[in-house]
Amino acid sequence: MTELLELVGVSKQFGTLTVLENLNVAIKSGSALGVVGPNGAGKTTMLNILAGDLAPSSGSVLFEGADVTSVPSHQRSRKGIGRTSQIPRPFEGLTVYENILVGATFGRGKLRKSKTINQACGFALETTGMTSKANVVAGQLTLLERKRLELARALAIQPSVLLLDEIAGGLTEMEVHDLVVTIKLIRTTGITLIWIEHIVHALLEVVDQLLAIDYGRMLMCGDPKSVMASPEVQSIYLGNE
Amino acid sequence: MNWFNAIIQGVLVGGLYAMYATGLSVSFGVMRLVNLAHGDLAVGSAFIASTFCLATGLSPFLAIFVVLPLSALVGIGLQVAVFNRVVGVDPSYQIVATFGLSIAIQNVLLQQYAANPRALNIGEFGNQSLKLVGDDVVIGLFPLSRFVVAVLVLVLLSLFIGRTRIGRAFRATSDDPDIARLMGVNIRSIYAVAFAIAVTTVALAGIFNGMQTQFSAADGPALLIYAFESVIIGGLGSLWGTLCGGIILGISQTIGAEIDPGWKQLIGHLVFLIVLLVRPMGIFGKDELR
Repeated sequence: MTELLELVGVSKQFGTLTVLENLNVAIKSGSALGVVGPNGAGKTTMLNILAGDLAPSSGSVLFEGADVTSVPSHQRSRKGIGRTSQIPRPFEGLTVYENILVGATFGRGKLRKSKTINQACGFALETTGMTSKANVVAGQLTLLERKRLELARALAIQPSVLLLDEIAGGLTEMEVHDLVVTIKLIRTTGITLIWIEHIVHALLEVVDQLLAIDYGRMLMCGDPKSVMASPEVQSIYLGNE
Repeated sequence: MNWFNAIIQGVLVGGLYAMYATGLSVSFGVMRLVNLAHGDLAVGSAFIASTFCLATGLSPFLAIFVVLPLSALVGIGLQVAVFNRVVGVDPSYQIVATFGLSIAIQNVLLQQYAANPRALNIGEFGNQSLKLVGDDVVIGLFPLSRFVVAVLVLVLLSLFIGRTRIGRAFRATSDDPDIARLMGVNIRSIYAVAFAIAVTTVALAGIFNGMQTQFSAADGPALLIYAFESVIIGGLGSLWGTLCGGIILGISQTIGAEIDPGWKQLIGHLVFLIVLLVRPMGIFGKDELR
């Protein structure tokens, strides 16, 4: 397996506030990386830099071995980097199907033939369990449905890597379970995953690597169970004794 | 007084106002840009059409086919050179940039064509009319065909926005430009297409206006007001609302003129102000202003 996506010595400052400091992360094609850390650790900033929403203050982002640091977000999407937002942001005036169509026709797939478009959108809808909502205007969806739409829309661009930002946050235990089933299903298609999540048990069901960050620095990265068991990570989640 | 005739004439004028307003509605809808040079672009197009007609001796209707592709290019050029720099930042930059453009266009026109008014001569066609209900209602063939073209433009545009891939990207970008980019949409090219459409439709409106009345270099701001009022009366972001707004403005003016010829503009502005007071989101606008 080769490295699909890499952060090399990435730092990010907002004014005098340092949010990320010399972060080095690499994710292999086909693997699933979980990201944990307290609020304000810089997790979402990291995702924004990976997706091209933010430029790092220093360091670089590599995708498939090529430097994409200065590539704008729409071109990264066309290269195959898909992401979901922490707070779902559907195109509220468009139907669920139209939401997905935008990604299918402009994203990596750049689909033009109606047959392949229908297939791709059908796949995205079915995988996320949104088929029955296809013609609903997105502004009317519930929170869970909005989260599912985020996922469906990101899938529709035909990504090779999917960045998920706290997609299980705010859901009930049952809903989290359903979502984990969905994400496992997506994993079977070979899509690489980077998933930020506070609901650790959901994360541990899916990921094969775990990155813990705090104050913008890497604490640990490796086997999920041993990262969670380490004293540094324990102290963040349980407090110091 | 002939109220029925006044209403018919108002509807026909309203078609022209709607065409002025369409571009404003599109550029505001897609990129939240209020283009204060909108009216000047209409006048500029009419002058270019007039130059073409004088140079070639051809009909102004043929000039349309030359000026419209040219205005699409002008639209893309302006978007790339000027508006991409002011979209999505503090609105005051937009005001300064587009107001500056307005002044620049007016002065270039003044320099080039002096202050003398011009008109586009469409010959006999401008005088032909249909007489209905005895001789009480007179419908000019030119205003009627202008109205039909305006409705046709709106139908095509709403099909484009509702049914096509680029149209969907228009709506997605209008909804949330950041997310549209995440979906692979290059919002700058979407903005360029939107502005090309805005300039093309207002150029057509400017030429139609020139076929009916005289125009001069300083007319732009007045046309901008009519376009603004049509958009606001109809409701932001609704193309059919814009048509309705144009028609309401047109009818108000012709009825005003029927009461007293000096009241034409006044009644139009008053109706606009009443709509602004009673229903600030416009007739077809969403209940809340976003």
